[in-house]
Amino acid sequence: MKSASLRTRLFLILVAATGVIWFFAIGWIYVGTKQEVESVLDARLQEAARMVASLGTGKSIGTPSADAAAESPAETLIYERQLACQIWSFDGRLVARSRGAPSLSLGGTEAGFSDRRIEGENWRVFALEDTDRGLRVLVGDRLGMREHLVTDIIKGLLAPTLLIVPLLGLLIWSSLNRGLRPLRKLALELQQRRADDMRPVETDRAPSEILPMMAALNALFSKVESARRHEREITAFAAHELRTPLAGLKTQAQVALGSSDPDARNSALRQIMIAVDRTTRLVRQLLDIANLDARQNRRPDAYLNAGAIIEEIVVAQSTREGLRVEVDPALNGIMFTANAELLTLALRNLFENAVQYTARPGLVRWSLDRRSDETVIVVEDEGPGIPPDELPLVTRRFFRGRHKSPSGSGLGLAIAEIALSANAARLNLENRTDRSGLRAEVILPRGAAIVQRDAVAEFEGRTHDNRFLTPEEYHLADVR
Amino acid sequence: MRILVVEDDPVLSDGLRAGLRMFGAALDIVANCADGRAALAESEFDALVLDLMLPDGSGLDLLADMRAGGDRTPVLLLTALDEISDRVKGLDAGADDYLGKPFDLNELGARLRAISRRQVGRASPFLSCNGIVLDPARMSVVADGEIIGLSRREFAVLEALMERPGLLRSKGMLEERIYGWQEEVESNTVEVHVHKLRAKLGRNVIETVRGLGYRMKVGTP
Repeated sequence: MKSASLRTRLFLILVAATGVIWFFAIGWIYVGTKQEVESVLDARLQEAARMVASLGTGKSIGTPSADAAAESPAETLIYERQLACQIWSFDGRLVARSRGAPSLSLGGTEAGFSDRRIEGENWRVFALEDTDRGLRVLVGDRLGMREHLVTDIIKGLLAPTLLIVPLLGLLIWSSLNRGLRPLRKLALELQQRRADDMRPVETDRAPSEILPMMAALNALFSKVESARRHEREITAFAAHELRTPLAGLKTQAQVALGSSDPDARNSALRQIMIAVDRTTRLVRQLLDIANLDARQNRRPDAYLNAGAIIEEIVVAQSTREGLRVEVDPALNGIMFTANAELLTLALRNLFENAVQYTARPGLVRWSLDRRSDETVIVVEDEGPGIPPDELPLVTRRFFRGRHKSPSGSGLGLAIAEIALSANAARLNLENRTDRSGLRAEVILPRGAAIVQRDAVAEFEGRTHDNRFLTPEEYHLADVR
Repeated sequence: MRILVVEDDPVLSDGLRAGLRMFGAALDIVANCADGRAALAESEFDALVLDLMLPDGSGLDLLADMRAGGDRTPVLLLTALDEISDRVKGLDAGADDYLGKPFDLNELGARLRAISRRQVGRASPFLSCNGIVLDPARMSVVADGEIIGLSRREFAVLEALMERPGLLRSKGMLEERIYGWQEEVESNTVEVHVHKLRAKLGRNVIETVRGLGYRMKVGTP
């Protein structure tokens, strides 16, 4: 579709509006003039009839016999001899008539104004009766002539108008060009911009009409710029976070290649395995966070059982050597709606974080906390915890505090927080009060969680006691 | 060569320990700025390998403190930030060299040798004294045109002695060159290595200053 030009559009609107106004003005003038002309000419007819009547019946008007030959066509003498006059006696005899008046009677027998058609012409006639003298005076003029008069007046008005129309059009066009110049300037400026130029557009001398648009444009520029800066930071961080394990890998590989000692070689290969695992996790987390950023669909899409999700996460975690994982069976009774993928992602990252920081041998505990009207899933580890001043910072991307783990990327808690907030859940981090360690609380949205007492009862019946289960037991219970 | 590494990634520091030892260097490894400062205050190093992003601060701060305190230990910055501006900033802060991650182990070794050589004001890559020529890069020793096979630790002792021929090296200093702190020092090893070196290079090459240490004999052997 061809884009509409604002200038053409405005021009057409203005020209059409002007045209319509003129058209109506001319119509009004025509009607007004016509009425005025008629009333003036009617008054003249009346006056002329009275004048003729008062003069009596002399020969002064001219005899019909003498004047008949000199009659001229009405067309050529349109504004001369406008009036025709006849004087009739009551007994139907033509007493006198003016030059140019038809020989047939202009009027009937009634007095006053009337319209008549005589010899193919329309006449406006005024009849005046002089009963004293037995005479009827008829004065008339041709309606065609009246029409002609009005038309001439209108023509006289139209002639300059037709001359002015093109001038007016030209004036409108050039005014529009002038008026739209700031818009053209802005378009040109934007056209010449480099793709990475996000400086705000100059708004100092901009007309107030396009100011809101420019302000919106500048706001967009600043938004895009901050998004790009954010992206650059993430990329730089990601590059840094990837380069260190890569350097470790390369160094260990060179050691393995260059070492003649089998022990040294094996040790280097083991280190390579560790580095590959960590790098794999880092890459996965980078992809997770990129996915979270790009994700459109964050709607709850499943009815989830907290215990089942946690079991899946615990079983999938491979680096559990020397670590005990306890899961509160009450979690099996918690059902809630959420986006399954995002919620699993959040819980998995919290768990991985706990596993990473807990020294071996150690314990990571999943539990359920129901306080007032909130349902909270809790993960507790036995790591060093987080220094209180760093607690608000740890959910920032790539933030790694003083107690950082050598294998951490600084992304886990950030991912958990983003994924939870997308589920309308909240993440609360605090240090454990009973010992060193971190307590991560996933606070489910109010009303989202439903406790199924039956499920708890069934579960408890199945295991015969209320102790915490190890993941292996979960697994077995599931396989049964 | 005794080198201090300040790097917090465990896999990388382990690789450096194993890799640089293959070049005959003794390594001490710490994972943060505070331990780095303590190590520098404690002992002397031929070179420092410094990571920039450390858990308790920037390596640049440690570097600035060192230079402000008059510490002239050659420093090689090792970092993932290797934009030109980062390199310039690092070198201007007093670093002697800069290597971006990931790097080649051989290149790291060569650069470390180069900056420690410059530190002692030596332009030649070889150490020579009394007809013995030692090539730190190849870890080879040629005495009177003949290639001499030395163990890593024998080589380290000889290198330490040949850096300043005629200058006395204490037993403790030589031990430091053979072992980092994280390694257990076996007793009498320096004596054992010197004994073996004398057997391979000639009885008069290394002189014992009783109770003080050893030095390369200068002049006719």
